[in-house]
Amino acid sequence: MPEKKRLSKRLIPCLDVRDGKLTKGIKFRGNVDIGDPVETARRYYEEGADEIVFYDITASSEARGIFLDVVERVASNIFIPFSVGGGLSSVGDMRAVLLAGAEKVSVNSAAVKDPFLISRGADAFGSQAIVVGMDVKKVGRTESIPSGYEIVIHGGRKPMGIDAVAWARRCEELGAGELCVNSIDADGTLDGYELTLTRMICDAVDIPVIASGGAGAPQHLADAVTVGGASAALVASIVHYGQYSIAELKDYMEKSGVTVRRVRGMQGMASA
Amino acid sequence: MLAILDYKAGNQTSVLRALRFLGITAEITAEPAAILGADGVIFPGVGAAGQAMNHLRATGMDNVLRQVVDQGIPLLGICLGCQILLEHSEEGDTAALGVVKGVCRRFLPEWRDGGEPIRIPHMGWNTLELLKPCKLFEGILPDDRFYFVHSFYTEPDSALCLAQTTYGLTFASAYGRDGLWAVQFHPEKSGRPGLKILSNFSRYCEERAHA
Repeated sequence: MPEKKRLSKRLIPCLDVRDGKLTKGIKFRGNVDIGDPVETARRYYEEGADEIVFYDITASSEARGIFLDVVERVASNIFIPFSVGGGLSSVGDMRAVLLAGAEKVSVNSAAVKDPFLISRGADAFGSQAIVVGMDVKKVGRTESIPSGYEIVIHGGRKPMGIDAVAWARRCEELGAGELCVNSIDADGTLDGYELTLTRMICDAVDIPVIASGGAGAPQHLADAVTVGGASAALVASIVHYGQYSIAELKDYMEKSGVTVRRVRGMQGMASA
Repeated sequence: MLAILDYKAGNQTSVLRALRFLGITAEITAEPAAILGADGVIFPGVGAAGQAMNHLRATGMDNVLRQVVDQGIPLLGICLGCQILLEHSEEGDTAALGVVKGVCRRFLPEWRDGGEPIRIPHMGWNTLELLKPCKLFEGILPDDRFYFVHSFYTEPDSALCLAQTTYGLTFASAYGRDGLWAVQFHPEKSGRPGLKILSNFSRYCEERAHA
């Protein structure tokens, strides 16, 4: 059994929200609605999710208000940290979701285009509130990309000519409190996280790193935090379709020697 | 009625939401009369110690907090609130409130946890090793975990240490005595065990107010 009296590794379900509904991108078929984000978040909370990420993929500005309402309802009903990303490109955008009750904001392509967005956010809200999401693609080592991993934006369609390891260090210097490293190559494959990339980024920075993209089996989560060295693993499909519950994934991680947080039921908790 | 101290340092609304969920009446306020008239005061906070102290001094809230303690009004410091109740913080070499003896120090990146260098902030869920019985922790079990996010840790007078947590080193994750408590973790973001702590605090305040 893993050592109990220490920081546990986090399991973080990621929910895509469009027009106030939970949605999932299916290859060649676009997005389909798969439920209510608040109800789903509450279920994951009860099952023992350590944190939740909401990603707003809403295109229109009218739907932005609907999304903020989702954030408020989540904040009034679940009492674990959650972060919000998608379309945040100013300190004002960040303030709106933090005031609605999010613990952290996640910035991705907006930070690539304007790196000082990270420092402005950290100055305004503290580093602990700023997560930088990085979409990364394996490209092979070159002079300008010495790690062989390149930062991409627009869902992987646009390479930025920036080395992923150098970018991770830059984000840390600018005041990011955490990095979420998403492998575009592994994303959606269900074949496991990109462990080489995860380990490379973890070794390059002192802040916590979340592994993202590729989780399809319980062993992948254990690998992300042991082999990859990540502090947390992001999951989506593996939990959204009922293949595994959060509790089952944590059982498996624990059996693999990973310290995880278990939640207990209502017994003895009647007053809370 | 509980007062949540409003000093522009972050997580007041999260604390308010958690209290509301529990059916506890509370308001976020910077009014000295409301604070000193409350059954209990919650002193939250995230962000930098220096900025927070500047704001507290500029608004006179530092003296209000001292009066809260002098008058024995129950007080719960959370995270940054827990840190700046002490005398000094290494964060920006800040002279803090000094209502409790002790200092706040920085985690060092060369410390190790489970064979790997620690990452800073200490971010995520960790356990409490309860050192003595305490009304705030009634109903809390050894396996319960609490959400932490901090880059500095408190080192209060050891006689006041109520719980300890290990990350790179073993530090005081809660300290105080009846009616004056401080916790480094975020009870408002720590699921049911965290809510239990907030409800314990509220019950203590209510019982005292009606005694």
